[in-house]
Amino acid sequence: MCGIVGLFLKDPALEPHLGAMLTAMLVTMTDRGPDSAGIAIYGDPIAGMAKLVVQSDDPATGFAGLADHLTTTLGARVAMDVKSTHAVLHLPEALLPQARLALPPQVRVMSHGQTLEIYKEVGLPLDVASRFDIAQMSGSHGIGHTRMATESAVTTMGAHPFNTGPDQCLVHNGSLSNHNALRRKLTRAGVHIETRNDSEVAAAYLTWRMDQGATLGEALESGLDDLDGFYTFVVGTRDGFGVLRDPIACKPAVMAETDQYVAFGSEYRALADLPGIDTARTWEPEPATVYFWTRDNTPTATPKAA
Amino acid sequence: MHTIDLSVTPLREMNATLQALTADSNTRVWEIANPKGAHAIACGLDAGISVTVMGHTGYYCAGMNKQAAITVKGSAGPGVAENMMSGTVVIEGDASQYAGATGHGGLLVIKGNASSRCGISMKGIDIVVHGDAGHMSAFMAQSGNLVICGDAGEALGDSLYEARLFVRGSVKSLGADCIEKEMRPEHIEILTDLLARAGCDAKAQEFRRYGSVRQLYHFNIDNAY
Repeated sequence: MCGIVGLFLKDPALEPHLGAMLTAMLVTMTDRGPDSAGIAIYGDPIAGMAKLVVQSDDPATGFAGLADHLTTTLGARVAMDVKSTHAVLHLPEALLPQARLALPPQVRVMSHGQTLEIYKEVGLPLDVASRFDIAQMSGSHGIGHTRMATESAVTTMGAHPFNTGPDQCLVHNGSLSNHNALRRKLTRAGVHIETRNDSEVAAAYLTWRMDQGATLGEALESGLDDLDGFYTFVVGTRDGFGVLRDPIACKPAVMAETDQYVAFGSEYRALADLPGIDTARTWEPEPATVYFWTRDNTPTATPKAA
Repeated sequence: MHTIDLSVTPLREMNATLQALTADSNTRVWEIANPKGAHAIACGLDAGISVTVMGHTGYYCAGMNKQAAITVKGSAGPGVAENMMSGTVVIEGDASQYAGATGHGGLLVIKGNASSRCGISMKGIDIVVHGDAGHMSAFMAQSGNLVICGDAGEALGDSLYEARLFVRGSVKSLGADCIEKEMRPEHIEILTDLLARAGCDAKAQEFRRYGSVRQLYHFNIDNAY
């Protein structure tokens, strides 16, 4: 199964409540996937600065001296906020690639980018959201996932969302059947893929297409040709939010839109407590149709013949 | 009228209350408040009662219904009225995938659009969709009638047995073994009755009929891989 939620705010007044709203949405999806959970939050950018979110199974030793080590290695001040098993490293954006190379082996990268922070762990959505205090987080948009594993081990690295490019993340409900071949192809093309997970291959594929110059919308559209299997994807970028279902569309999806937000849920239950939901436009996204919203553009829905 | 508020009453208790009603029960009109997309609302009913659900429902609403008249004042999640035996289910909004799946009897009315696989493996149920229906509707449908007042998606009636399909709008494509058939007076009569019972003002004469060409009934070596 797996459960997905997503929320893209249009009304800045709701931004302080993004974390709380996403947490509540994800908790209602707990019975769709009880083994691990994760949330991606897009917060405020600070000019020239980036966030590198890292994880350690043993944070007391894993994060000890990490900020000082990076400050010395990079020759620029690196600040660190530790939240349970995760730490957010704040550093100059230009030094992000060097910082990743300088990380000690006991920490793993959860996300990197200007505004994106991903928190994910093994456990129930409520427990995972609580340990990182997600409900206190503000932001413009975010995505959550609760996992029932099918394709790879129940580990932190196997949990969603997956981040493969700066400020890009993806969550997936379904299973891909050509992920091994595609992983080999992407790896040969120089794309770094961390796990044996099928969904990470989809995330890496989209990042690879965008690196070649495609927009997220175009990358999703070409995914219809290149990704084989069952999927409902919800993806996030620095300023955008997209949804794609495979042509068979057996994985559930419901969307709602008001003047204040665009929301996604695997089921309507996830949306039922959002403000103004009784008068929201609610619909089931069409199969093989790319839906995409950005801060600057009007919403689009691009159907593609299967 | 009795109201059961799902923000107060547990779902199982609500279903147990409705399932315990019989032909002799005194309270025959029920309303379910605050469904909030819950699963399996008003499932397995077996009495001629009326139930109105005041909002959107999740998976398998009104499943296995016998006799009851169930109305959803909103949209329904996957598998609404699956395996219905008799009675009436009316969805005022849209229905998600496989609405009316394997239904043996009764009438399912969807006033909005139906998603994919509407009426999959239907076995005698009548389904009237006021709007459009998604891909692979009436897949392996065995008997009963599927009426689509709008357009039908890809692969309508794939691997069809003896169900009758009526479509007023366009059909994106027909599935294997499904062909257009002549609309004879008896079909106009059946369809006129169904449209009237479904509260639809479309004219039977505006529809085309589709059915099985019966080529998949017997083994054919050309179909083997």
